[in-house]
Parts: sequence; C-alpha cells; structure tokens
Amino acid sequence: MANRLMISTGNEEFLERISEMSGQIITLCEQCGVCSGSCPMVSEMDITPSQMMRMVQLGQSEVLRAKTIWLCASCFTCTVRCPRGLDLSKVAEALRQVILRQAVDHIDIKALPRDELVELPQIALVAGMRKFTG
Amino acid sequence: MEPDIHKFPYYPGCTLKTTARNFEVSALACAKKLGIELVELPRWNCCGTVFSLTDDDLIHHVAAVRNLIRVQEMNRDGMVEENRLVTLCSMCFNTLKRVNLLVKENPENLEKINNFMYLEDDYEGNVEVIHFLELLRELDPGAISQRVERPLTGLRVAPYYGCLMLRPREVGIDDPEEPTIQGAILAAVGAEVIYNSYMKVCCGSYQTVNDKSAVARLVYDILSHAQADGAQAIVTSCPLCAYNLDSRQKEVREIYPDFEQIPVFYFTQLMAVAFGFGADLCGFDPNQLVPEHLLK
Amino acid sequence: MRIGVYVCHCGGNISDTVDVQAVASFAENQPDVVLVRDYSHMCSEVGQKMIWDGITDHKLDRVVIAACSPQFHENTFMATVEKAGLSPYVLEIANIREQCAWPHFDLPEAATEKAKDLVGMSIAKARLDEALAKRTMPIGKRVLVVGGGIAGIQASLDLADAGFKVYLVEKEPTIGGKMAKLSRTFPTEDCAACILSPKMADVPANPNIELLTFTEIEEITGYLGNYEVTVVKKPRYVDTEKCTACGKCTEVCPVVVPNEYEEGLTSRKAIYLPSPIAVPHSFILDDQACLGLFPMACERCSEVCEPNAINYDDTPERVKFTVDTIIVATGFDIFDARGKKVYGIEHSRNVITALDMERLIVHASEGKPLRPIGKRIAFIQCVGSRDEQVGNEHCSRICCMYATKLSQLLKRSDPSRDVYVFYTDLRAYGKGFEEYYKRAQRTGVKFIRGRVAEVNSSSSDGKVTLKVEDTLTRQIIEADFDLVVLSVGLLPGEGTKQIARILKLAESPDGFLQEAHPKFRPVDTLADGVFICGCAQGPKDIPDTVAQASAASSRAIRLMNKGEYDIAPVIAFVHDDLCNGCGECIGHCPFGALVLTQTASVNEAVCRGCGSCISSCPTDALDLHCYTNEQLLAVVRASMDSKQEGEIRILVFADDQTTYRLADNVGTGKLSYSSQTRIIRVPSGARVTPKLMLQAFELGADGIFIGESEEKSSPYPHSVATIKKNVAAVRDALSKRNIEPERIRYAEFVTVMLGAFVNQLNGLCDFARSCGPISADQRRGLAHDQVELKQ
Repeated sequence: MANRLMISTGNEEFLERISEMSGQIITLCEQCGVCSGSCPMVSEMDITPSQMMRMVQLGQSEVLRAKTIWLCASCFTCTVRCPRGLDLSKVAEALRQVILRQAVDHIDIKALPRDELVELPQIALVAGMRKFTG
Repeated sequence: MEPDIHKFPYYPGCTLKTTARNFEVSALACAKKLGIELVELPRWNCCGTVFSLTDDDLIHHVAAVRNLIRVQEMNRDGMVEENRLVTLCSMCFNTLKRVNLLVKENPENLEKINNFMYLEDDYEGNVEVIHFLELLRELDPGAISQRVERPLTGLRVAPYYGCLMLRPREVGIDDPEEPTIQGAILAAVGAEVIYNSYMKVCCGSYQTVNDKSAVARLVYDILSHAQADGAQAIVTSCPLCAYNLDSRQKEVREIYPDFEQIPVFYFTQLMAVAFGFGADLCGFDPNQLVPEHLLK
Repeated sequence: MRIGVYVCHCGGNISDTVDVQAVASFAENQPDVVLVRDYSHMCSEVGQKMIWDGITDHKLDRVVIAACSPQFHENTFMATVEKAGLSPYVLEIANIREQCAWPHFDLPEAATEKAKDLVGMSIAKARLDEALAKRTMPIGKRVLVVGGGIAGIQASLDLADAGFKVYLVEKEPTIGGKMAKLSRTFPTEDCAACILSPKMADVPANPNIELLTFTEIEEITGYLGNYEVTVVKKPRYVDTEKCTACGKCTEVCPVVVPNEYEEGLTSRKAIYLPSPIAVPHSFILDDQACLGLFPMACERCSEVCEPNAINYDDTPERVKFTVDTIIVATGFDIFDARGKKVYGIEHSRNVITALDMERLIVHASEGKPLRPIGKRIAFIQCVGSRDEQVGNEHCSRICCMYATKLSQLLKRSDPSRDVYVFYTDLRAYGKGFEEYYKRAQRTGVKFIRGRVAEVNSSSSDGKVTLKVEDTLTRQIIEADFDLVVLSVGLLPGEGTKQIARILKLAESPDGFLQEAHPKFRPVDTLADGVFICGCAQGPKDIPDTVAQASAASSRAIRLMNKGEYDIAPVIAFVHDDLCNGCGECIGHCPFGALVLTQTASVNEAVCRGCGSCISSCPTDALDLHCYTNEQLLAVVRASMDSKQEGEIRILVFADDQTTYRLADNVGTGKLSYSSQTRIIRVPSGARVTPKLMLQAFELGADGIFIGESEEKSSPYPHSVATIKKNVAAVRDALSKRNIEPERIRYAEFVTVMLGAFVNQLNGLCDFARSCGPISADQRRGLAHDQVELKQ
C-alpha cells in the first residue's frame, strides 16, 4: 500500500533547519534528476540524491535514516551541474551534521584493522573522521 | 642555462610528508628545474582536510586560516615576496582555497575567526591559494618542453583529475567538464595524452575508509575506461586519488577477476623522468607497479 | 480664477482610510476654490457629468480631481474637461489612492493629512496652469521592418496591404528566417517551406515593399515620424535583376564550403543559391570563400553566366531613407550546444541539434537522406534553457513541442525505431498541443521525466551513451543510442542585440527585448513608434509570432493612419527677457532641440520635454511648459502646509516614466513607507534643478529624493548624469552650511523594484529623522546660495 504523507508544521521546521544549515534554498529544487544521473555513488544508494532533496522539501526527517547521506563523497559533480544552482553536497552535509551533532558517530575509526590504518593516507583518515564522526 | 629562481610559499600538508613523499620530492625537483623554489611554510598545521559545508560551522575553518597567516608572516619576515600560496595536494588546495574565499567574502566571519585566534596576527585576506599546476600553466609556452631530456614518446597516459581541483566552479582551476591542465603538461613532456570523460569522475574519496568495495567499483570504472582507450598509465595530482586508484586495484581484482593492473603516477613523477632526474627524485615506490617496462 | 475640486471615494478604496469630508473641507478653505464636490466614483459617467456641470454652471477655469493615479483616468478626465470647453491642461490630479489610502492604510490620520497636502499641492499647481492647446505632429506612412523572418514578413505584408510604405531589411541573402529551415510545424504538421514560400514570394511582388536583403542597419537617428535610417547593402556580386537562377555558375565553381542553410550538413559552392526557396531567387557570391576577387583568380562563373549577372567589382552600398515608425523582428539564435560540454556535441557526430534533425528529416522525406538516422534516438530537452550553469534561466517555450513533433515524425516514418524524449517538465500549453502530445504518446514515443546528466560517446562504435534519472521511478538509466538530439533553446540573436544598441531598446533579464508593458503594451517599446514582435521579444512559436507581427503592424498603423499624432505640450521654452544668449544650454539637450540665434530658442518638434536643459541656464531663462519653475516652487511650498514643529518632511521627485508608476505599484501592493513623504511628478528627475532643491530646503524640506528611470530604459539619454551633477552641486552647497549632504539622494528604478523604492524612501526618512529637522537659521536664504555645476 502506498504511504500516506502527512504534512504539518513539523515538516516545515525540518525543511527550514536543513535550509539554514546548508545555506541552500531547497524549495528551488525542480526534481530534474541531473544530480542523481551525475552521482558517482548513486548505485550504492538507497534513495537517489534527487529523492533526498524531495524528502527534505517535504520535511520528511526519515531522510536521516537514508544510507545516501553517508555515501555522498562531496565530489561536487551535482553542484556544477544543478540547473537551479543548488549545492547538494551542502544539503547532504547538513543532514549528516544533524546526526553527528547528537554525538552519534557513523563509523568507529578505532575498529579499522591496524594494517589498514597504517596504509591509509592521513587525508583519507582525517576526512573520514570529519565526515563520519562528531 | 638555469632560469632565475622565484620563491613561492608552499604548503605541503600531512600526506606529502608520509604516503605521498614521492609527490613532494618529484614536485620540488621539477619546480626548481623550472625556476620555482617552493619554500615550505614554517609551523604549518593541518588544513582541515575537507571544507566544512554547513553554514553554521566556523570552527573548522580556523586551521586553514592559521596557515594563511603563516604566509603573511613569511612575507613580513622577508622569506618570500609572494602572496600566492602553492599547494600540491588537491584536498589541501580545495580546503585552503575555499576557506580563503569564504573569509574574504564574509568579513564578519573573518573577524570572528581572527578574534578566536587572538594570539595570532589578524589574517588580512591578501593571500591567494593556487595549485602547482596553475604555476606550470603560467610558464612560457615551451618552458617545460625545452627542459625535457628524455621525452616520454610512445607512453600513453590518461590524466586523472578527480574532484577537488575542478569543483566546485569557484575554486576549480579548469573547465569542470573538460579539463586539460594536466594533459597539456604531459603532452609537453612528450607523452601521448588520452582524453576520457571518466577522468573527472570521483574515485570515492574518503569513502575508502568506510566502504572499500564501493570505491573499488568506481576505481574499476575509471581505470577500465582508460585502459579501453589505450592508456598505459594513469596520472594524478591528489594523494587520495592516487591511493584509491592504485591500492584499491587489489579490491578491484577481487570483484572483477579479469581486471589488469595499471600503474598510477603523480604528474610530477613523469615530469621528473622526462627531465632526466635520477630514481631518487622520480620517487618510484619499490612496492608500486613497476614502471620500467614503460620508461626505459 | 475659479477652481473646482472633486474628491473621489473610489467606492471605499479611498474613503475607508482617508477622511474624504476632511479633505473636502480643507479644499473649500483654499483661495480661488469656488466649488468642492465629493463622490463615490468620479470616473463614472455621473462623476464626469459633475465635472462638466461645474465647468458650465459654475464657470470653473481650473479643475483638481483627488482620486486614483493619473495613469488610470487622466485621459478620461482630460477629455471631459476639453469637451466642456477648457484646455485639457488646466486639470490636475491629486493621487490620494495610490499615494495615501493604500500605502498608509494603517495610519488613517496621516493618510488624511497627506491627502490634504496633495490636494493643496494640486491647487497650487492648477492656479499656475497655462491653458495650453494639444499639440499635434505630422506623421507619414513609412515603416522600417528589421528582420525578414516570418515575423518581419507578416508585419511587412500587413502594412503594405494597408497602404503603408515598407522598407524590409534582412541581413541574410534571403528572407524566410529560421522557419524556412523547418521540416513541419507543430501541431498541425504542415510542411513549413510549403506554407512559407508563398508568403515569401508575396514580399517582392508587393509594390509597397522595398526589400533590402543582405543589408545591415548601420544607424538610426531621429524620432517618431522622422526616423533617419542608414543601411549598408553588402555586395552580392550577382545582379538579382539579371540572375535567372539557371545554376550554371554553381556547376563550374571549384570551391566547396559548408552550407549554412543546411546547418553545415551539406556543402555548397562559393557562388550559390541561399536556399531552394530563396527570395530574391538569385545567386550570390560568397566573397570569403571565392578564390579571390582582387585580382580575379578564377572567373569561371562569369564565363558561363549568360545574362551577364556577375559583377566582381560590386562594393558595399550605403543607403539612407526616412521612416515614421519601426518594427523590430530580428528573431533568435539557437543556443550553441558546444556551451553544454557534458553533452559532448564536439566529440561525436551522433550528437546533433534539433535544427540539424529538421534538415535530416526534410532530406529523408524527399528520399535523399543525408546520413543514416538509426533505430534508437534520444531527445534531450532544455539544452541551454532553464539552466543556471549556462546562464540561461528562461524556458524557450517551443522545444517541448518541436521535440514532440520530431520524435513522432521519426517514429511514424519507421515504427521499428525506439524514440525517447528526456524532459524536465513537458509544457504543452498551446492550442492543440496537449492533443499533439497525446498523439506522440499513442505513436509510441517514450517520454521519460529526467534531465540528462551526461552524454558519453565511444570513438570505436559511434554509440552514444547517456545517463539520466527517471525521476518518476527514481531509477538511473544508462542507455546507448544511435543518435542523440539536443533540443537547444532560443537566445536573443546577435541581430537583436545589435538593433537594441542602435535603437537604445531595453532588454529584459533574459536578454530579449523588453516590451513597454507586459500586459497592455506587449508589442510596444518605450521608444515612441518602435515596436517589437516575434522571437526578438521572447521565445515563441509560429502562430504567436505571426499574431505579434500583425499586432505590431496594427500598433504602427494606429500611430500613422491619421497623418498626425497628439503630443503633450510638455516642451521647453525660453523666457526671452532673461536669456543673455550665452549658449551654455545648447549642448545640454540630448536631442539637439536648442538653437542659438540672438537668444536661445527651442525647436518644438524636437524637444521631448525632459527638462534636462533647465539646470544648465545660468540666468534661469529656460523653463518647461506644464512643469514651470513657478509651478514647481508653488507645489513645493504647498507640500509644507501641514508640516508641524519638529516633524520632518521628505520630498520625492518621481519621474513620470518609472518612479511615479513604481510608487503606484508600491501603493497597490499596500506596502507601507513613511507617510512624511510627498511625491511630486516630474517628466524626468533631471527636471529638478539645484535651485529648486535649495528652495525646497529653504521652505522646509528635510530630505529630497529623486527617482529616475534606470539609465538603459530611460527615454531621456544622459538624464542620470544630469541628476548626478545637480545633486553633487546641491550637496556641496548644503555642506557649506553644515547641513548633512546625504539629505539629498537619488536612485534609478524600474517599475518592479518595489522593495528598493520602499527601502530608499525609508532609509532617507530614517536618516533625516536621526539628524533632526534642519533649523530655521540654516534654511534662511538657502535658495540664494551659489551652486557650482561640475562637469
């Protein structure tokens, strides 16, 4: 059965919060899908980037449970192609930050195998910590 | 005849001192050959690695600004007379340049950051962050090819750009869809450059920490398309891309058993070879895929 | 003097906020006022009868109407006054709806005070109104039509059929424009060339049309009724009169170059017929491609030309003529798809534009295909439109339907083809369009909602791969096609930009030409007697283009048909007793209307009434009818009547063209701004002389704001520069008296800048309030301070 989406002021609050954190006027998204077609990680994602934008537009905070927001590699391909000039990587970061700022880490760096830790370039580790931990 | 030396402040970043040591060694040597002395920033610190993308987060820009203050100090102390800070690592370049633009365009943010670092001099916003490739592009046409002693004739290379020197548009140093800046240098040292639209596709970046197989699939796409177009080597300017494209070939083979390995170099390594430098300056890693069969 | 004052309630629009009775009582107490009436709708027949009765029964010789903005009913009231036997210029309107009741709806008392002032100001001005007669100017029946596409052709034929003389100028060697390249037209699928060519042929056949092809406009000067046009006829090297289009020259010509008419898909010779349906139907020699004209290196074409039509010594020819009105029909250019690198048109011959596809279909349907079209075809919509990444935000309006057309033509001609259209939004807004879209769907064209992210081509097999999200299923499609067609958008063409520069026409943000009013003057421009039609004004389809062309010709006819036209007597004049013949003013008229003999005089036919010249006169000898120095001073004085001790008063001089209407729009939007403002209508901000400003400060103004039309859309060139100069001079004078120079400000506007207008006014009010009123000491004698105008 199709989901029924209830829209209330709560939805507006979530949209406003993400808009403010990302600095993007998310309501401008026209759902053309260029971001999704451009995304190198899209085949790994549970929802497409355009769907992520749609859920934020509709204030569906369930978007925070999507794998997609963690799979964004901040490659900015969508950013240079969005016909409305939106920066989706900033939206994805805002969504990650909502979770990370509750002191909930997405990964446990300490759990990485030791040889892996030694081998990985520092920029990979630091970037990973910046993106996946609070 | 050796050219006059011009000194530039230079930010190495952590990875160039460790896993990407060969990038720094080859770059410094090539720069010198071209009359560019890269003077390392004293007391540099981590740039922050990634640019904070949320508008309400200023604290993570502090690290980058601190490095920009070092450039001011170098000029003040007469170490250099140059406000352009040269970077090699694409991630450092992107982070430093974006933070620099942000604080230049938002004086209020700069003031807050300056106040926060009250023990430092104020950052005055007059540093410009550039990538080493931009310096090379500025050279006289022929400046590079004139110094080639062993042209890389017959070597087919695919320049891989990745993300952070192209995107977003305000920091990119080339057309984000059809970059040519690395290809032009490789052509100048005699290599055959392969155009390939996958050369601007993300390698997976820091996802390598979290999801090796996802990165491996991307790396496969990038490398196999380059191979299909005849590339014998991949050339890059980012230590993280280099790591993913090179080290993740192991994981690629686990998923795609038919995949054949392909060597990955920094563009400065191939320049060093062409300039006739010795193995120490070319910086080939003994564990790296052996390049000798390509570079006699 | 017998002044009548009529106060309108506007059915509550005014009277709900403004105390109309209080305004009427105020008027009754003014000197010279002999009659005051108030009524619910002054614009109604009853209201007009009241005015008529006042003039006939009460012998009024001046009329003041306090009602809505003059832009709505001024003409109606003027006609009433004129019919009752008075000059239409003894009428003044106090705008108490847009300037009082609406913007100050929340402050009824302040609104009423302001309304009283506005009525007082109108009475003061009316008292000094001159009983001027309407002026008429003679006008002929000659029209320049720029551009020979379907818009220009239609406009020319309409005008010529109505008996007007048309000069049709086209920069290409043939008329016909882009339509001549199309396969069929949507949604009716007429053969484009078949329906267009008879119309093209009608053009040279019409004795009222002088057709100038391969001709560029060099310069246009003058004004309505007297536009002087200079064109350059580029050398064709072939005499169109003698050429029989036999084609022997082409056969022997050794030079092969790409054929523009075929979008470069085929080639042509250096001497060629521009298109099979070219009008004039004559060959032309491409002097860039020809082996060499000086000295002649080949001459083979001349040798075979039986009628001796070829003249290698042909040179550019400059032609001048005069017209009364101008119609701009310069059309569009298609977006250069190389600008959208992700679609890779430069990397594959299997990525083409929709215009290429039009030509391919034409040739295929004639049984002579130019190249294989393949079985799998994808159309990518919105290429170069609706895309901030390439700087074009506008929708090109026609691409959805031409793709719908091309896709089903392809599918119908070979049902085994797979034809896909990848779209962002499918806009089938026109008559028959939705039905046509359904027909395409029924034919089997697949419409997929998603903007294509990228196109990659393989050099080996020529296959083209595109990546796109089907946004309706959220699936990523990666698919191979034989041919990818880019539905390129429409942009204002080079020709359009050029004519905009020559005629100083305003452009809208998308770069197309700006109409005078988006609703009620859609084919007019702000330049008198210059009209626009077709895609020069914005992307549109053929029927809309033809409708606009007919509209433009009808608007032009409306001006010319009577042989004369009315103009307001707002023109400069010289107080001969004050003029010392110094000639200072002569260079200050942007139109060259001032002439110097013993004293200065005004060429009334040339003067446009901006008043820019007046501040240049060192002896105050220059003046402007309808806005005389004396009148403006009286208005300023009256505007201070209600000013209380400690209160501030801001005067806003609003140019008639833009700022006055902008203030109306602000009022209509019920946007409030400070009620301490008093708006004074002037033809241009440049009319406000330094002396008037100083007089205003002396009389009690605490701030002055001058609003002017944005420079590029102003009917008066250099008005902004004059304002700047005047303002700077007054600021200097104020500084010398330790009065804050920022009390005088100016801004350029367009009529939609509501927020900016409110902010500017409130900003000045706040500033004046923070400085406090200017003291009586500081004001005293200000009007006699010397001002120095700097260049």
